[in-house]
Order: sequence, then C-alpha cells, then structure tokens
Amino acid sequence: MRLRPSRREFLATAGVSGGILLGFRMPAFGQAAAGAGAGDFAPNAFIRISRQNVVTILVGKAEMGQGVYTSLPMLIAEELEVDLAKVKVAAAPVERAYGHPQFGMQFTGGSQSVGSEWERLRRAGAAAREMLITAAAETWKVDRATLRAENGRVLGPGGRSLTYGQLVDKARTVPVPSEVPLKDPSQFKIIGKPTRRLDSRAKVTGTATFGIDATVPGMLVALVARPPVFGGAVRQVKDDRARAVRGVKQVVRVPSGVAVVADSFWTAKKGRDALEIEWDIPPASLVDSDALSAEYARLARTPGAKARREGDADAALATAAKRLSAEYDMPYLAHAPMEPLNCLVRLTGDRCEIWTGTQFQTVDQANAARAAGLKPEQVEIHTLFLGGGFGRRATPGSDFVVEAVHVAKAAGAPVKTMWTREDDLRGGYYRPIWHSAISAGLDAGGKPVAWKHTIVGQSIVEGTPFAGLIKEGVDQTSVEGAADLAYAIPAIAVDLHSPPSVAPVLWWRSVGHTHTGFVVESFIDELAHAAGQDPYQFRRGLLASRPRHLGVLDLAAQKAGWGTPLPAGRARGIAVHFSFGSWCAQVAEVSVTGNAIRVHRVVCAIDCGRAINPETIRAQMEGGIVFGLSAALYGQINLKAGRVQQTNFHDYPVLRMDAMPEVEVHIVPSTEKPSGIGEPGTPLMAAALGNALFALTGRRIRSLPLVRHGFESA
Amino acid sequence: MTTFNVNGRTVRVTAEPDKPLLWALREDLGLPGTKFGCGMALCGACTVHLDGSAIRSCVTPLAAVEGKRVTTIEGLSREGRLHPVQEAFIEQDVPQCGYCQCGQIMSAAALLARQKNPSDADIDAAMSGNICRCGTYQRIRAAIKQAAGRMGKGA
Repeated sequence: MRLRPSRREFLATAGVSGGILLGFRMPAFGQAAAGAGAGDFAPNAFIRISRQNVVTILVGKAEMGQGVYTSLPMLIAEELEVDLAKVKVAAAPVERAYGHPQFGMQFTGGSQSVGSEWERLRRAGAAAREMLITAAAETWKVDRATLRAENGRVLGPGGRSLTYGQLVDKARTVPVPSEVPLKDPSQFKIIGKPTRRLDSRAKVTGTATFGIDATVPGMLVALVARPPVFGGAVRQVKDDRARAVRGVKQVVRVPSGVAVVADSFWTAKKGRDALEIEWDIPPASLVDSDALSAEYARLARTPGAKARREGDADAALATAAKRLSAEYDMPYLAHAPMEPLNCLVRLTGDRCEIWTGTQFQTVDQANAARAAGLKPEQVEIHTLFLGGGFGRRATPGSDFVVEAVHVAKAAGAPVKTMWTREDDLRGGYYRPIWHSAISAGLDAGGKPVAWKHTIVGQSIVEGTPFAGLIKEGVDQTSVEGAADLAYAIPAIAVDLHSPPSVAPVLWWRSVGHTHTGFVVESFIDELAHAAGQDPYQFRRGLLASRPRHLGVLDLAAQKAGWGTPLPAGRARGIAVHFSFGSWCAQVAEVSVTGNAIRVHRVVCAIDCGRAINPETIRAQMEGGIVFGLSAALYGQINLKAGRVQQTNFHDYPVLRMDAMPEVEVHIVPSTEKPSGIGEPGTPLMAAALGNALFALTGRRIRSLPLVRHGFESA
Repeated sequence: MTTFNVNGRTVRVTAEPDKPLLWALREDLGLPGTKFGCGMALCGACTVHLDGSAIRSCVTPLAAVEGKRVTTIEGLSREGRLHPVQEAFIEQDVPQCGYCQCGQIMSAAALLARQKNPSDADIDAAMSGNICRCGTYQRIRAAIKQAAGRMGKGA
C-alpha cells in the first residue's frame, strides 16, 4: 500500500473555503502499523491496546495549545468505552491514515481538527469496541448480543468480565467491521462534559517535550544569519572571527544565509554575532510598509476582481438617502509564538529524521525530502509539542524545516537549528497589510440598501501549492468574512486587489477574518449610528434570517447586560461574526482615562455546534480574545527600507497579566455537527473594542493598532 | 568552572562564565523545563529561583550564580508531590500550549512564598513579566488564588 502522496498529488491542490487542501481521498480509517508493539491489538491507525491493558491513542494532529490531545481522545474513548484518565496519548507519525478525511494531507489548522475527526474517530473507537466484544463472545462461546463494553472491560452474563488487555490476542484475529453502530448522543458519557486537559501535568512539571527540547547524541546547535531584507542574499562572508569563537564547529553556507554550527546555543550566537557579511540587497527589497499602505489606499479606489455581486451596488448607492464611506487600514502582524522556531534534523544515508513542532506534516515531509534529496517516505517527522503555532508553523515552503535540513546536510552532523526572538520577528511570514475602502447607502428609514467593499492585500497562497484557493482571481482567504457578508442588504459588491510584495505573508490565527471581522463589524456599527439606531438592535434587524447569528448575538447581549447602566466612564461595544463554521459574538466593556484604554470585561457567546469539551471551548475563546486584543492594542510589524523595525517583546508588545480583562464565555447548546473553536474568538475583539471606544469618545477607530492613535494600555 | 546548587544538588559547570544560566540549565545540566522565549528578560519563560527569588535566567550569567542556590521547575515539587501552584494550574485547566507555564509557575511560587494572600494588584505586579501568547492569564490568576487558599490552610 502506498502511504504517501506523490509530488504530483501534493501539488494538485483543491481549494476549499477556510480549509486547505489536497486533491486525494483516503479510506475512512486506514491501517497503519505505527506505534504498535508486538502483540498489541491495533484495529486501526488510532488505537493500540497492549496485553498489559494499556490503551494508547495516536493523535495525528499537532497539540499547539488548542487541546486536541484531549478533545480527539475524548471522541475515541466515548465509543471505545474506556476511562479517559487512563488513556495514553501519543503523537502519530506522518502517515496517510492520519490525513484530513476530506483533503488528504496531514495538517493542523483552519480550526478543523474536531469537526473533521468527529465521525472518523468515533467510528474508530466503535470498531475497536465491537471487535473486543466479538473476541469476548468467541472466548466465552456466547451470543455477542448478550455482551456489553464498559470502562475498559467486556461484561457478560453471570458477572463474567474480561479486561480489554485480556482480550487483545483474540481481538487481533477478529476482522475489522465495515459498519459499526455509533452511540446515540443521549448516551454520551465523555463527549460534552467539561474535561480537564490530559497534558497539563507534563506541562506544569516541565516534562512536556517541545521541539526546542529535542536532543540526539552528537547533536550540534546552529543559528543562521539571514539577509537583513526579504529577497536579499549573501555576497561575501568573512568568518574568521566567528570560527575563532570557542565552541564554534563550522560556518556553512545554506540557501537562506550563513549558518554557525556550534556545541551550544550560546556559542552559536556568539559566533553568529562575529560574522562579517556583505549582503546583496536588490532594490525591490527596500519595501516600506507605510508606502505600501498608501499604495493600497490608491488601489482600493479602483475596481478589483469580483468577490461578490448582489444587485447593483453602484446604482443603489447613487440613489440612497444617505451615504457613508470609510477606509480601514491594518498592519503586518507577527505570530510570535512563545517558543521560537527550531528544528532538529539527523541525516543518515537514506533517511532524514526530523524533530520539531509543526502544523504541516505532509507538506514538511515533501519539502524536507526535496531538500535532502530523498523520497518523502524516507523522511520521518517526530511531532513534538508546539510552543504555540497560530499559523506560523504551517508554511507552504516549510521554511524553518527546509533550512534545518540544509544546515544538517552542510554540517554533516545532526543539528538543531534554532531561531532567536529577533529572528522570529524579523523572519517574515506575517499577517498581510490590509486596506479596505467601504461605502454604504441607507434609505430614509435608516435601512442599508447598498454595500460596496474593496479589499487590498497580498495573497498568502499565490505562488504556493495552495494557489487553488484563488478562484477567478479572488483568493478566498483574503475575502472570507467579507464576501459572505451575512447582513440582509439588497445590493452588495465586494472587490479584491492582491498586489504582490517581497515580504512573505501567511495565515495568522483566523486568517482573512482578522481584517474582515474588524472592518465589517466596525462599519456596520458606523451605519447603526448613522441610522440613529442601537448597534445591537440594528444588527438584529439585518440578521432576521440568520438564526445562529441571532443566537450568539442575543446571548452575548443578554449576558453582558446590553442597554443596562454602566459605571461612569465606561461603554460597551458589540460585534458578531461567522468564521470556521462557528458563530461568535462579543461585547467589550471599555474605559479610557487620558490616553489609557482599559478593557474591563469581554462577554463572548459561541455557537460551534455540539460542544465536545466545553472547557476547551472556553479556553480557546479566552485565548482567541487575548490574541485579538494584543493585535488591536499594539500589534504592528513595520518595514523601513526593507528592514523590519520590531525586534523583541519590548517593541512588539503583547497583552500581559495587568491588562487582562475579565472574560466570560457562554456556549450555545447545540446538536449540530461540531465546528471550529481555535480561531473564531479572535476576529471580533478589535471591532468590539473600537465600537466601545466610539460609544465612549465619539472617535471612530479605522486603523490598527490603537497605539498608532496615541492610545496606550492601562 | 562555576559551582552552584541546583534543586538541592551541587553542580559544576565548565562553560564560560558569561553563558546565561538558562543555557547552562538546558544544555549542560539536562534541565529543559526552563524555556527560552526572548533572551532579554522580557517574557519570563526562563524564570527560576535564585536563593528563593524569581529571576530571568536568560540574562543571568553563570558568574552571577557562583555559590548560590537555584531552583528550577524540576525542583519545585518535593518528594513527588506537586507544589500547590502546580496542582492549581492543573485544576484550573490553565495550560494551553504550555511553553510559558513553567516560568509562570516559578513566578507564582515565588510570589506566594513572600506573600501568602496576594491581591489582584500584587498578582499583576508579580506576574506581568511573564507573557502567555495563548492568553491563559485569567486562569493563572484564579490558580494563584486557589493555591494561596490551599497554602494558607497548610494543605
């Protein structure tokens, strides 16, 4: 059986809104021998049961904080009838069996994990359970209909009972059933129950192994000096001083720069600091982010590729009783995960072993194979805990993995290539700069009759294997959240310009919604005020045919006490947005003292279908809100003459404890299919905050971050 | 050669005296629980205790710890029993990616060692040097309060 996609298949991308993917399909659950000890019962790729009665669940998704090492095992344990607390969770290897059920490739992103595994993992658990029951029936020579599975045992008539471990040898001989009964949701014991994370103990004792913690015998450590501008190249290196640093073993050229390979991080850093490099800096690299924004503003006044047409927006605007126009502007943003990038590579003959935290296993495997001159099946990736991902550890070109392969290859030794925080912030792959020009018309009664929105920003998929996401000139990830405007407006036009730039851009937690959520929810607020209506009621009126929008909007408004008095000097702002299959609404309660902004409270309502682990959903909303708030208050990466101005957390600040609002999360009860939670909490925060600031000060925020407007965080 | 005490045992590290304690712990002493996040004492991921006080090991040269007592996350639990702050972090379901958590816990444990019942302002002051990109601050605050309550009862 061929386990991995060919290069051709890898390139055959099929675009799917909000997702990423590849054009091949796979069986519902494949057989993979990974992680199975001799004699283990391994009914499918996800479950291993040993004779010692240890149940191991292999998770093909990367754990980057979003809780998949808990929520995905919950799906299996529910049907397998085992105690979740006793289950061992292990990282799966890169195998076709762990690929996305629809898209094929193995990746973690797009808030897809639970929604895409919801059926498959329950079926995997149920199949194993049924096989164990059959094994017990054969052992006891009784009708299997008289048996049931419970808490890691099969129970039979007359108080008979065998542990799964005792049934392993027999179960291995039972054919895998093609159809298995799934529980009725009313029988769920694990799914839907607030469940603490299974990885906490390792994470609070320092025993969780992240990519940066990986070591192998004889390992060296490298830091790479990269060009000071995007698109630059090494012209000349003088490395005598670097080589003279005690502990520096080698200085090697790699495609991305010059690597100093040493016996430790500290000596590698000293060595890198001592390099004297002359760089080639092409004129096209001298990007200035302010000039880019100005250029985008000019483009936004011209027609672009059509992302949506509903009626005749121009005509409706021309005859509207009242017209409003505004422009919105947003900067580059870095992901800045707490764990700086790193990747350990060991090349031995015809094998390449990689230890890292990655969201993009299938892609990295293919790219690493090319860099190493091997076939993908000769590349083994050990996925370790990710110290945050937020999209940065999913690059179509596998930048940090490929570079590490080149370093190990040049050094002829196992090497862990590490990035400093400065390398991380200057290393590119930013959320693009976005500019929006937006106009709307209201009728005499204050009802919107026209909506015209032109978006400008660099495509994150153009020129990558994911270019299939560009449909008729429109990168779907650029317009998501805008082209699918939910408000009932009879004439809608959404246009897109995607000017290229040398700065590498990438998906950043919630992707296109990071800008469309802010723009749409700020501008609809502008319309509400222009119509002289309450912003919550105004939205309600335009969402009458959108019950799930209304569900979260009403819940958030009610829990936040919308319309009730607040302490003097405070105001509320509201926003609602659909992303990654989920509906989210947030109400922010804000005050301003002098220039100091304080977000006191954020009330969040989320409808993500059936709640698998309510505890994780709450945590992801809290985290998404903090991520959005950091960006709204301070987030900006600026380029001057091609040089990234930010270097570390003093000039790329993020939210800290003293600015943390009280966050309250309310989950809409639902029996619908589960949908995303990792990203939907992020896109609304800036809008809710900006709308509250307008209510408080009469000043409309149309560009981010707020520090650009002289505000600071209280 | 630098001689100091780590988690109750005397260690000798031959690395150069300007090597930050962080890297000596991680690379020379096999204690990877202390994390690298910024290298400039800006994020707190590298927090350890030096003679009982929380410090940033990424900017603390080995020379500065000669003869001193260092406690890392690996030495925080005693005789297999988790520190009350660690227990509270588990019970409040604090960690997400987990990368900053050991630093957070070391800062919180140092706070509770000197202040049995910290106010919100005390928590802000002690904890604002520790960044969490996953945004677990609200749960960290709750966990510190829970741990303070437990420790106050002598549990």
